[in-house]
Amino acid sequence: MSPSKYPDASGHFDIFGGSFVPEALRAALAELTEAFEQAQADPEFAAEIADLQVNYAGRPSPLTEAKRFSQHCGNATILLKREDLNHTGSHKINNVIGQGLLTKRMGKTRVIAETGAGQHGVATATIAALLGFECRVYMGQVDTERQALNVARMQLLGAEVVAVAAGSRTLKDAMNEAMRDWVTNVENTHYLIGSASGPHPFPMMVREFQRIISTEARAQVLARYGRLPDIVCACVGGGSNAIGMFADFLDDEQVQLFGFEAGGAGVATGQHAASITGGSIGVLHGTRTFVLQDEDGQTIESHSISAGLDYPAVGPQHALLAKTGRASYEPVDDAEAMDAFQLLSRTEGIMPAIESAHAVAGARRLGLRLAETDPDARPLIVVSLSGRGDKDVDTAMAYFGIRGVADKSTGALK
Amino acid sequence: MTKYDPRLGISGQVLRQAAEAGRAALVAYLPVGFPSVPGSLAAMRAVIEGTEGVGADLVEIGMPYSDPMMDGLAIQHATTRALERGVRTRDVFTASETVAAAGATPMVMIYWNLVERYGVTAFARDLAAAGGAGLITPDLTPDEAGEWLAASDAYGLDRVFLIAPSSTDERIRETLAACRGWVYATSVMGVTGVRAETSAAAPVIVQRARAADPSLPVGVGLGVSNGDQAAEVGSYADAVIVGSALVNCLITADDAGSDDLTGLRAKAADLAAGVRRSRR
Repeated sequence: MSPSKYPDASGHFDIFGGSFVPEALRAALAELTEAFEQAQADPEFAAEIADLQVNYAGRPSPLTEAKRFSQHCGNATILLKREDLNHTGSHKINNVIGQGLLTKRMGKTRVIAETGAGQHGVATATIAALLGFECRVYMGQVDTERQALNVARMQLLGAEVVAVAAGSRTLKDAMNEAMRDWVTNVENTHYLIGSASGPHPFPMMVREFQRIISTEARAQVLARYGRLPDIVCACVGGGSNAIGMFADFLDDEQVQLFGFEAGGAGVATGQHAASITGGSIGVLHGTRTFVLQDEDGQTIESHSISAGLDYPAVGPQHALLAKTGRASYEPVDDAEAMDAFQLLSRTEGIMPAIESAHAVAGARRLGLRLAETDPDARPLIVVSLSGRGDKDVDTAMAYFGIRGVADKSTGALK
Repeated sequence: MTKYDPRLGISGQVLRQAAEAGRAALVAYLPVGFPSVPGSLAAMRAVIEGTEGVGADLVEIGMPYSDPMMDGLAIQHATTRALERGVRTRDVFTASETVAAAGATPMVMIYWNLVERYGVTAFARDLAAAGGAGLITPDLTPDEAGEWLAASDAYGLDRVFLIAPSSTDERIRETLAACRGWVYATSVMGVTGVRAETSAAAPVIVQRARAADPSLPVGVGLGVSNGDQAAEVGSYADAVIVGSALVNCLITADDAGSDDLTGLRAKAADLAAGVRRSRR
């Protein structure tokens, strides 16, 4: 089966995906699937999305050739798909526009979301403000403490932020709590999942709402370079920007697809979030996929300097792409990502989100690798620059030991 | 000797026998491993014995899981502690043996990933060997249950799936058709936890289940916390399932640094008396 044909009617990506949820949610998932399929077939829905993409979110996002950065990447030319320039600062807006409009079509008045770094929470709070929904965002208590600025952003947008103190108090626990809310309030509430994971139809639906990334990038590369790229890459936590970046390239067999997972302190240390590289097949949050789990199947806490990649599983379509070999997944550890964060900032004047810095580092690694294995090649590499780094300044200051004080001062008037 | 419908399996016969005695059965949920593995085994014996030898007919042995989507705060609290204190999946087999030896019917409530990780067939084999009657699967519906249907058939185990107020008639019919033993009706939309009043939706969901298949017993859970509520639910359901109210007794004792089971025994006795007051 062609990689672009999944999922099947019951939401399976071969052995992955599916819908492992309490019966109480079945009706809501069926309603959502039906509403999504009807909307997708309705030109008016497409027009509503296009209007918000262009006139609200600022699409299309540019494709920037990173000339000075490419000098550090062997013979490769690195092209950045600038999702960082979207309204709210990341690719997350693409998905919330789609699901927000769908929520309205379903006649629901309340949205809930889970968030790790806060990017998806901010995007959800944004669309809730725009479309007039009540909004509650669940965030692990550990994350509300390390992302206080985003908590405030959501509150300023009118959302209620709930710190989740259960379990490991991170993204996965926020997702459990959001599921519990949904089970209880499913009548008037849509659970706006931000990741290309969770039960069917979420992995498929989020992919379709993020597909715009690759649709634009493919056309931009063809128009400017007269050919398809050799490599397309993205960072992978749950995998929403990556699946959006891959979607329109899945059937272009000559285009290699690379996903870069958060290697944390190194996969060998066990302190990482690389579910495909370092995990095993299991069921988490309603879907069968690669999961970080112990011998008994209890979820193991993930670790990454990037809160947005700090998730112990991955979307089921990535699991399948990894299994079939259509896409390759490699870990990028904290240090390599932070090097790329600094290098891109200093060579291009673009400060990536630390999540996206994993993809930037991976692209550089591939460029350098190809320069050795195939010195004559002049590869064209597209990187999904999924978000901007403003939210990560605190983390970067701590990592690089920057104190935020002036380097020098000049004399004052006497 | 009455000839029972094979669809009643092991646990459905317990519910049917209670019905023949003019009452509902009492199903007590307790997590294995809280306050400790031995402590949880003692608690299971206590809910079976109550204060005067009358308690739960069936013990729903809950296996703690790191990501329990259906559980409310009390059960999450207990299962999180149990995991911190080292409970393992295999402990449910010891618990099954304990419950069976104490004279009640053991069933295991477990999130699906833990079964897959153990191996579906191996889990069924070991549960059957430990005297377990079957599984209650909160996040596995018949849609995804192919391997479990086969393994439960092979080892003669019961499979209790859930229905909810939001389930369509068609889904209720399909779910009941896949069950063996009984069906678990969640009476309110929401997670586990004590509620002041049991839901008005409870009799409705029971009635819908009976309309779909009158031969399969129906248990009602989520929200029952005392004998009076048990009597009320027991007047229309075949089994009354109680979890959080029992777990709260254990939490109170654990927080006080005590392993005293007096409160738990009294609660079990109150509930057992409640189902015996249910007019049927």
